[in-house]
Amino acid sequence: MQMNIEDLTVTVAEGKKILDHFSLALAPGSIHVIMGPNGCGKSTLSKVLLAHPHYNIVSGDIIVDGNSILPLSTDARSRLGIFLCYQNPISVDGVTNSEFLRTALTETTQERINVYTFMKAMEKGIEELSMDPAMMHRFINQDFSGGERKKNEILQMKMLKPKFVILDELDSGLDVDSLRIVCQNVNQYKEENPDTTILLITHYPRILEYIHPDYVHVMRDGKLVEMGDLSLAQKIEKEGYLGTTSMGGEHHGE
Amino acid sequence: MGLVEIRGLNEAHIREISNIKKEEAWILDYRLDSFRYFMNESMPSFGPEIHLSFDDIIYYKSSVADSIQDSWSRLNKRVTEELDELGVIESEQHMDGIGVQYESEVIYHNMIDELKEKDIIFTSIEDAMRKYPELVRKYFGKIVSNHENKFAALNGSVFSGGSFIYIPPHTKLDRPLQSYFRISSRSMGQFERTLIIVDDDSELHYIEGCTAPDYSESSLHAAVVEIYVGKRSKCRYTTVQNWAHNVNNLVTKRALVDEDGEMVWVDGNIGSLVTMKYPCCVLKGDRSSGTCITISVASTNQEQDTGARMIHLGKNTKSKIISKSIARNGGNATYRGDVKITKDALYSEAMVKCDTLLLDEISKSDTIPRNLTENDSSTIEHEATVSKISDENLFYFMSRGIDKERAMELIILGFLEAFRSELPMEYAVELNQLLKRNL
Ligand SMILES: Nc1ncnc2c1ncn2[C@@H]1O[C@H](COP(=O)(O)OP(=O)(O)O)[C@@H](O)[C@H]1O
Ligand SMILES: [Mg+2]
Repeated sequence: MQMNIEDLTVTVAEGKKILDHFSLALAPGSIHVIMGPNGCGKSTLSKVLLAHPHYNIVSGDIIVDGNSILPLSTDARSRLGIFLCYQNPISVDGVTNSEFLRTALTETTQERINVYTFMKAMEKGIEELSMDPAMMHRFINQDFSGGERKKNEILQMKMLKPKFVILDELDSGLDVDSLRIVCQNVNQYKEENPDTTILLITHYPRILEYIHPDYVHVMRDGKLVEMGDLSLAQKIEKEGYLGTTSMGGEHHGE
Repeated sequence: MGLVEIRGLNEAHIREISNIKKEEAWILDYRLDSFRYFMNESMPSFGPEIHLSFDDIIYYKSSVADSIQDSWSRLNKRVTEELDELGVIESEQHMDGIGVQYESEVIYHNMIDELKEKDIIFTSIEDAMRKYPELVRKYFGKIVSNHENKFAALNGSVFSGGSFIYIPPHTKLDRPLQSYFRISSRSMGQFERTLIIVDDDSELHYIEGCTAPDYSESSLHAAVVEIYVGKRSKCRYTTVQNWAHNVNNLVTKRALVDEDGEMVWVDGNIGSLVTMKYPCCVLKGDRSSGTCITISVASTNQEQDTGARMIHLGKNTKSKIISKSIARNGGNATYRGDVKITKDALYSEAMVKCDTLLLDEISKSDTIPRNLTENDSSTIEHEATVSKISDENLFYFMSRGIDKERAMELIILGFLEAFRSELPMEYAVELNQLLKRNL
């Protein structure tokens, strides 16, 4: 999937601007990292790509394989293959993980899925993520730790087989072991599906030891201000975001 | 005997019903006493407004056959077809026994041979009054008084049909017993009377289903259910009512629970115009317990005024009420509950949890709890929530490719899960279908 985010400006209900002429082109199979301080608009970007109802697009476009996806609803964009691994996945009472995932899979593939085949596939995913098999019959994320929630997101990704994966703060809430397991699963998915585009959002560079990006972008105040490779992330690790500029992509003090 | 239809309410009509049933004198006396109380009693002072013209209602309508059948093929063909379409005949295979009431009379009754060997009685109330008069008389009208409220009095005056169940001591059934109530005529009133006795150390699961076609004339269903739960016994009474949207459903249900006994009401209200129903447990014996799990779905023009009552009399008694209401398209779903822990019911515990889901701005809901404890060693816990389907929940589902309608359906079924999980499998599936049609 080729995605071009073009000059996107987004506000919330009160008119506050959160994304400000944001542009980014993501080629099939590429791995992009967006880093940026808290509150700069990273999660907003990830939700806007899936038409979250709380955000208004003031100008700009999102083009997927040549067509604007702005007219498409959230579920239609998902069925195109865009997947968001949430920063803070919600919990839902009364709906089991397996019921939810099976419905999602049926709707995504538009095919009836044999219950047995589905259960086997889900069990395999659960094992690969070192999760408790009993989670299948528990309600969505109910009484799950932060780490278990993140694993559940990756489980859904593995089953729904998206083409464009947004990982919003994948590392938050994960201990060292879980982070390793989750990243292994992401890498394995990417290996098996090399055309998958990954947009990794983080404000800690630590995760980049596991997932190796092609491009590193720095975001501030709703737009990208700097682009580089892994060395940019390393620089941020040392110096923080203060070294990056907020206006027009120019560097201070040079 | 020709077909009889009795419209309008007066003493002569009551005597006529009694005469048709060839009942004993005490039953007629009971009817007349109930009728006097009904005439003097005003309509309920709380809850929804009820518009009924008592003169236009049919209080009794005989069935085509003049005795209860135990084979579908011996029933009127049109009726059998109607019941088949409703899935009643199909459901028999999941039950240990099944009864069907059509209009005023029970027309079908059948149970597996094993029940007869165990001396279980499962029949119509009239049949029981004839065959087991002492047993019936010992409990009939003792758990729900005919002076309890206007509609219990109305039922006492004109009751017809309903189930009688007796489970002897030390007896358990593998599968539920079921009764199915069908109103088919316009302006028909159904006034069945159910009496269940679960003797000591026994268990029963009873399921009740009901439907009626939609007519513009309003009709009335005013039932009374009395249950005695013996020492160390368990009774579970499951209802999913799907009355048509012209039926006023005004039902009095009460269980008297003896020492270490356990009563569970599972009560689903999806159909009807107005429902007023508050299944009650009187926890008389020490260490007895009562649970009521109820759901109400109120749509356009519907008022579901439902809840539960728990009266703690014995020591160390426990009760739990879980109520889930959904209001949509201008419907009104109200929880009305009453928990009372009396002075002598020491060391008792009650828990009430009511959750409401409002699907739009024009629908209404209210929570009207009355919780009272008269001693210091007991506690009542109460929790109530009102919510909407949140954008975040919908977004989560839709971001996984699930369209909005299906997402709402899943979230709503999830909201009702505490109730669904209490139903036998076939019923849970049927409830899902029913909810989909009604949402
Ligand atoms: N729905 C919303 N309504 C109002 N403000 C919002 C909303 N969503 C995000 N914001 C604000 O937008 C800014 C960016 O938030 P977010 O995208 O979550 O940042 P990040 O993920 O980079 O930490 C923050 O100031 C946040 O408070
Ligand atoms: Mg964020």
